[in-house]
Amino acid sequence: MKKFKILLFALCWAPLIIFAAEPGMPLDKAPINQTDYEALQRGAETFVHYCLTCHGASFMRYNRHRDIGLDNEAEVLEKLILTGQKAGDLMLSAMRKKEGEEWFGVIPPDLSVIARSRGADWLYTYLRAFYRDESTVPGWNNLVFDRAAMPHVLYKLQGEQKLVVKTVDNKEVKSLKLAEPGTMTPSEYDQFVADLVNYLVYLSEPAANDRKQLGIIVIVFLLGMLGLTYVLYQEYWKDIH
Amino acid sequence: MDKQNTFLNWIDKRFPLASTWKAHFTEYYAPKNFNFWYFFGSLALLVLVNQLLTGIFLTMSYKPDADLAFASVEYIMRDVDFGWLIRYMHSTGASMFFVVVYLHMFRGMMYGSYRKPRELLWLIGMAIFFVLMSLAFTGYILPWGQMSYWGAQVIVSMFEAIPFIGETLHNWILGDFMLSDAALNRFFAYHVVTLPVLIVVLVFVHIIALHEVGSNNPDGIEIKENKNPQTKIPVDGIPFHPYYTVKDIFGVIAFLIVFCGIIFFAPEMGGYFLEDNNFIPADTLKTPDHIAPVWYFTPYYSMLRAVTINFLWIDAKLWGVFLMVAGVAVFCFLPWLDRSPVKSIRYKGPIFKTALTLFVISFFVLGWLGTQSPTPTLTLLAQIFTVVYFAFFVLMPWYSKIDKTKPEPKRVTK
Repeated sequence: MKKFKILLFALCWAPLIIFAAEPGMPLDKAPINQTDYEALQRGAETFVHYCLTCHGASFMRYNRHRDIGLDNEAEVLEKLILTGQKAGDLMLSAMRKKEGEEWFGVIPPDLSVIARSRGADWLYTYLRAFYRDESTVPGWNNLVFDRAAMPHVLYKLQGEQKLVVKTVDNKEVKSLKLAEPGTMTPSEYDQFVADLVNYLVYLSEPAANDRKQLGIIVIVFLLGMLGLTYVLYQEYWKDIH
Repeated sequence: MDKQNTFLNWIDKRFPLASTWKAHFTEYYAPKNFNFWYFFGSLALLVLVNQLLTGIFLTMSYKPDADLAFASVEYIMRDVDFGWLIRYMHSTGASMFFVVVYLHMFRGMMYGSYRKPRELLWLIGMAIFFVLMSLAFTGYILPWGQMSYWGAQVIVSMFEAIPFIGETLHNWILGDFMLSDAALNRFFAYHVVTLPVLIVVLVFVHIIALHEVGSNNPDGIEIKENKNPQTKIPVDGIPFHPYYTVKDIFGVIAFLIVFCGIIFFAPEMGGYFLEDNNFIPADTLKTPDHIAPVWYFTPYYSMLRAVTINFLWIDAKLWGVFLMVAGVAVFCFLPWLDRSPVKSIRYKGPIFKTALTLFVISFFVLGWLGTQSPTPTLTLLAQIFTVVYFAFFVLMPWYSKIDKTKPEPKRVTK
């Protein structure tokens, strides 16, 4: 009977073997720190300078950045608003949707919750995985997202990468090589993208830090209540045999 | 004190307050040997109240409009004071409702709570389960993300499989030829009016039926058969209030620790409670690579996909739909499938124990398979475990009869 049970237990994990063999481009771990307000502010500035031209973050208001230390309206106006909008406005794209569709073939997606659908690691890898590919319409391609409609907006900073394909054990292994350096060193660029992705994670759920802080108080309170209610239960039940 | 009594007397002459309180709390005698598994009934009630209350506040800011729905959910998450908390309480509550209901049902299966005289109680419970599934389905559409849209598309397309009237029925349900604004509006109406009213009424009826027949217990014996001759109170029964109210409050707090742990620290629950793809607004032109329903539907979704061949002149898809519906409905027959002389697993034999274990394994494996993209191997696994799942029920009249049982005790045990 015991052997049978062990066999049953082993069998329920059998499908995982197939799961483990699933292929996919390995993603780099994004160095995220949601409590580093300076990094988040740097990311926010990068976002409004580079991303907000084509993409919107239309569920987010400028003055919401008080969460990451930008609680002064004048500071918000100076650092984040380049389009003459008001501090309480939503972060809308500067580009019209129709134009976006004409220029890129697709409307650039809204980035408000992109970190929740794609995940930080995907974004971190994606923004560092562009390479020159003259066969595509924008002239760029991406290792993580094949034939992405987005051109490499940050190429002046990163420089130009080239695709290197090697054959190892009869398998194609793709990697990228920096062919022309940009204004940043690779490690500077990695840090730059990390700040941006860190900000995108914040942008996708601005209340996340508040949520975790409140959560600790709630859990501590409940643990206290658990002790009290247990004592109450013991007291009532002591005469039940 | 006197003033209070006068007031209560005034009420009692006009409404049966004291007698109702007595019948359902202080003089409702429950078996004294309830264990861990008996927390989940009261927890289901707690989650229901949570869903109703948070639902009211969500309705105040949500917009049932295909163009505005997705943005209105993000508006709740960002601009409504504590909107994120209300939304997470509701989304986590939806999944936790299924967690506690599945455990509540499993308790019933272990201790034979569906057996005579509780057949009707079990059937009312099954009706609640159907309504709960409808609530979950209509609710999941509302955020109007990619998974809301395409998940619903898969479910409603099942109606098309019905011969002759399928297409007409499909269009009638949607109010359009495809899932669109019209369907979003009507599903919103079902989700916030029709189904909540239905579930509240059914839960009320479930509790009335329970208090009529009395609670079962881990020993599966009837405490009402052994009453104190003088007091007419079951010797193994204790008043629900205060004994089970204080015990359930402890259970509620323990549950809330888990519940709040998810809400505050892992609201997406690794993509199982809130799926990644549902943070992309619904796009009627772009089908996601991989469509999977939320975890609580995945065992049945696996059954739907398990049938791959047409036979008996019936399309494979229709067989799939039939299996899926049968997979849920088959629980209704349990009271009449179980022929064992004892109710509780404690006194049942090795065959039942093995059958129940295999059933639980097949439920989990089918659930996991439902989250995966189908491959030939996975489909074969789904077919095998679908057979195991149904075998538990179909073979029950036979194996429950020949199984070697132990004698039941006269009084409840610890």
